[in-house]
Amino acid sequence: MLRFIPILTIVLMIGPVSAGLIGTILPAFEILPALGGTTPSLEPWQALVAQPGLGASIRLSLVNGLIATFVSVAIVMLFCAAWQGTRTFHALQRILSPILSVPHATAAFGLAFLIAPSGWFVRVVAQFTGWDRPPDVAIIHDPWGIALIAGLVAKEIPFLFLMTLSALPQADTDRTAQVTASLGYGRIAGWFKATLPRIYPQIRLPVLAVLAYSTSVVDVAIILAPTTPAPLAVRILGWLSDPDLALRFMASSAAVLQLLIVIAAMAIWIAGERLVAVIGACWAIDGQRFKQDGAVRGVSAVMALVAAGTVVLGLVVLLVWSVAGFWAFPDLLPRGFSLRLWARELDAIGNSLTTTLLIGIPAVVIAVTLVLACLENEVRTGKPAGRRAMFLIYLPLLVPQISFMFGLQVFFSLLGLERTLVSVVLGHLVFVAPYVFLSLSEPFRALDPRYGQTALCLGASPARVFWQVRLPLLTRAVLTAAAVGLAVTVGQYLPTLLIGAGRFATVTTEAVALASGGDRRMIGIYGLFQMILPFAGFALALLIPAVLFRHRRGMGAQNKG
Amino acid sequence: MRSKMRTFVSALALAVGLATTTLSTPAFADPAPDVGNWQSVLDQARGQTVYWHAWGGEPRINDYIAWAGEQVRERYGVEVVQVKLTDTADAVTRVLSEKTAGVDDGGAVDMIWINGENFAAMKRNDLLFGPWAEQTPNFAYVDIEGKPTVINDFTVPTDGLEAPWGMAQVSFYYDTAKLDTVPKTAQQLLEWLVKHPGRFTYPQPPNYMGSTFLKQILTELVKDPKVLQQPADETDAKATLAPLWGYLEDLQPLLWRDGQAYPQNGASMRTLLADNEVDIAFSFSSGEVSSAIEAFELPDTVRSYVFENGTLGNTNFVAIPYNASAKAGAVVLADFLMSPEAQLRKQDPKYWGADTVLAMDKLPADMQEAFANLDLGIASLAPSERGTVLPEPHPSWMSLVETEWQKRYGVVQ
Amino acid sequence: MPEAAKNGLELHDVRVRLDGRELVAVDLTIAPGEIVTLMGPSGSGKSSLLGHICGTLPDAFEVTGQVVLDGRLLDGLAPQDRHVGILFQDDLLFPHLSVGGNLAFALPAHIKGRANRRARVEAALGSAEMDGFYDRDPATLSGGQRARVALMRVLLSEPCALLLDEPFSKLDSGLRSQIRSFVFDLCRKNSLPTLMVTHDPEDGAAAGGRVIELRG
Repeated sequence: MLRFIPILTIVLMIGPVSAGLIGTILPAFEILPALGGTTPSLEPWQALVAQPGLGASIRLSLVNGLIATFVSVAIVMLFCAAWQGTRTFHALQRILSPILSVPHATAAFGLAFLIAPSGWFVRVVAQFTGWDRPPDVAIIHDPWGIALIAGLVAKEIPFLFLMTLSALPQADTDRTAQVTASLGYGRIAGWFKATLPRIYPQIRLPVLAVLAYSTSVVDVAIILAPTTPAPLAVRILGWLSDPDLALRFMASSAAVLQLLIVIAAMAIWIAGERLVAVIGACWAIDGQRFKQDGAVRGVSAVMALVAAGTVVLGLVVLLVWSVAGFWAFPDLLPRGFSLRLWARELDAIGNSLTTTLLIGIPAVVIAVTLVLACLENEVRTGKPAGRRAMFLIYLPLLVPQISFMFGLQVFFSLLGLERTLVSVVLGHLVFVAPYVFLSLSEPFRALDPRYGQTALCLGASPARVFWQVRLPLLTRAVLTAAAVGLAVTVGQYLPTLLIGAGRFATVTTEAVALASGGDRRMIGIYGLFQMILPFAGFALALLIPAVLFRHRRGMGAQNKG
Repeated sequence: MRSKMRTFVSALALAVGLATTTLSTPAFADPAPDVGNWQSVLDQARGQTVYWHAWGGEPRINDYIAWAGEQVRERYGVEVVQVKLTDTADAVTRVLSEKTAGVDDGGAVDMIWINGENFAAMKRNDLLFGPWAEQTPNFAYVDIEGKPTVINDFTVPTDGLEAPWGMAQVSFYYDTAKLDTVPKTAQQLLEWLVKHPGRFTYPQPPNYMGSTFLKQILTELVKDPKVLQQPADETDAKATLAPLWGYLEDLQPLLWRDGQAYPQNGASMRTLLADNEVDIAFSFSSGEVSSAIEAFELPDTVRSYVFENGTLGNTNFVAIPYNASAKAGAVVLADFLMSPEAQLRKQDPKYWGADTVLAMDKLPADMQEAFANLDLGIASLAPSERGTVLPEPHPSWMSLVETEWQKRYGVVQ
Repeated sequence: MPEAAKNGLELHDVRVRLDGRELVAVDLTIAPGEIVTLMGPSGSGKSSLLGHICGTLPDAFEVTGQVVLDGRLLDGLAPQDRHVGILFQDDLLFPHLSVGGNLAFALPAHIKGRANRRARVEAALGSAEMDGFYDRDPATLSGGQRARVALMRVLLSEPCALLLDEPFSKLDSGLRSQIRSFVFDLCRKNSLPTLMVTHDPEDGAAAGGRVIELRG
């Protein structure tokens, strides 16, 4: 049984993605089957190419995705290099982990409320300059997409940081740092020369996932990106919801183009990696020590803190908006406060929280079960060969959602599974399982195999070893992975709406619908509502092992994952 | 086009190795209700659940819909679930993709809040159930004579395929604490902007409100407005549109952000006014402005007004897709929405603040009085203050204007 | 388990290869109560040999020859069915269980009854001079105590042979001889055929049995 699970898991990931892609690629070429005797047509592509500003949209998607990813990776690497093992490092770790539970759109709204010309920062400045009108400058929706990059970076830093964190123990970084320091290297140079080459392969996949996401993002882009023209993914969504049938064909070819853009972005990134590797290999052994790196260390800490601080401060502004009466520019605080909206929405929120859990809990339980089974199978067969195949599980993270979600919807309705709980859960699983795998595989594989060997030699069956040794030892890692999975399922908008035919009103579908009304109070309330479940998930992931193993000091070290 | 989609689906089914016939949705076919026999409709509707796809961006409207749902549950045993959309077109797309997949029965959408281009597209593609609307009991109260748009949706005859449930008319609003005089024609708006550059904008087309602004200007500037009532391809569209593009040539550089960025929709334009980023905004309902003041979204010194030569007006409808699972239930709900009681509550800005589609003189006396006694709200326009209602152009103008606008102004980089 | 003929542990021409390269080759028999020491530099495949005997060696290794314990052929048996205990240089006490929990984990299921099982564990603790340690967190024990618990845990699982993988290398020198004699005494007392791999010549000397040098 167990040995079929990896295949089943891969099928569950690849199946929907390929079915969805087929459903996108065929209409992109107006392919007509042999029955009619007609030939594929390039008409949708011609229509697409004729779209004004297509080049600018492509450039925005590609360049902004690459820059956002590069900046996020650079800040995280620099910060780890400069501060790993220090108190500052652990302090930031505590701030960044909860930020992981902030949905992208919520963070983007928070950022917009801060930095927009009518936002809180300008209001502070206006106290001194006496402005009564916000300056007419495009700080958000700016033509270069800088606000979009900032929004993505602020949200991707916590993710990449935590991914790096789980890779650190395997590279024996603390001792490496001691060695490089004793050889006279500055902290940052020592880390970049000796540790980075070992860390990077471990976080490469999350980095590529960030790249794919940043290149095809929709929600954050609607809030922060330029609109004349918008990045490609945003325009695709517009075309897909146009009542004109012909546009759907063009939208399909645009969705294929979006996939190609993501592939191009990855190719550029990987070429960049190679280049850095070649240059880095020479640089690593040239003997330069860079002992005076205090300034760079300072800068890296400031950048990481600004990123984290912006998200946190954005949440505070969201919270203030959610209870605000009329709040005029340039007032720092609203003229009055009201809990009226909270009161009415608290009444309504119960149902959508229940629906969210109704979808989320099965998706997370299935994902964690599948992933544990895959990893346990890896241990039992002792075959690392399967590991390469398991890479396929990450496919849904690398293919842009918009390129296969609409095709998948058609596929599910062909199966007659549309708008059933089963299909919505399956749709979520496609995105939950890769993240669960991403966050669980390192700690699972890092667990000392001799625990299992010892237990076996004590006469315990493999099943008993799993349930009574490996699983308890990995309690915190499993719960953290489940919390990550929960955060992912709570955040799903397109799959819930499309596959569920709108029948499943989750916190996120409600939030997105209400956000279209533009009332910042409602955006604030629902932004915070969206955080409740993921935040509770992460809190439980910390709390449960702490209570369960409160008399087991050894579990602290054991469960760094 | 439809047959192409069908064949694409069979290709897809082959490609994934599935036989559509064995796996397609089990047909829980809902027989078409006989609307002429109202009792049979009520009988058929009892126990049905109506999934009503409606824009969900406004909590007050969602509450109104929830209230209507409770009423029909209590009175007729019909459950109503609002599927909250960000864009009505999403529901149209869904019905389309169901037709694509051969789901001709038991569809996901039972009712759509709709008008204009979306209605035209659904009607054109035979995606609607009906005719049914004009046989419902409460349709008798509808003001067909005084409000011709209740049976002509953007010039397209409704043919009983959708039931009217609200009137909308463009009105502008501004903060009286900041402005003394306001521009009341397209030309005045331009002159005003020259003096106050950057203090006005409109949502980015193809957003509905943004396109409406363009159509408002077009209707005002065009030499012969009757041309706009015909499909664009039957006229000399280029000449008709020339005054609009000439006007925008002057207007665009004076807009907020120099016309490089736009609010996403009417709601974000309202936010801009609240933040004092712009001085004038517009909406499809002056009652909505009153409600926004009530909800602290706008200062209480904001007031509405209309242009001298009139503003565009239209009607909101509800329609039932051809493959709806609960057609009788949807008909019953639609009929209730047209009832004097539901329309009265809808016009009350405490609940919503949207104008009724009913004719006062057709209503019973007590109802007439109730409507007359409504407090319409501080920023709402009384019927006497609304000036001329201009008819919406044929939907084809909207697509044409949107496409051309995208070419001219959609790309500034 | 039924009393089988105590023939000891027999390794018949066992060769371990990885990627075609032979790591280790042995042919020997270890009598009950005998402690055989395998000496060799690191990388000589000593640990792989132990892994093969207890059945946890990854498939990537190729092994020929036969392993027989008390007349039973071990090759092909699952690790939990071999009754071969192993001790590593780390004690590998399960950090999520108490000291008593660790010991009870090893106690075979055929010993029934909560009180009975607890009594067996307490007795084992007593024989390691650790009375009253049942509910202690393993993380709070001293190095010597942990080593003793680890050994008692193996013995409670009723092994028919014992493998020691550099078991004393992490202990400080004062403790080392004390733990050594504790382990060796118990091996002999329980008549366990014992195979120890180490690169500390003193371990071999203290064991007092045969010492086999492996080539690198």
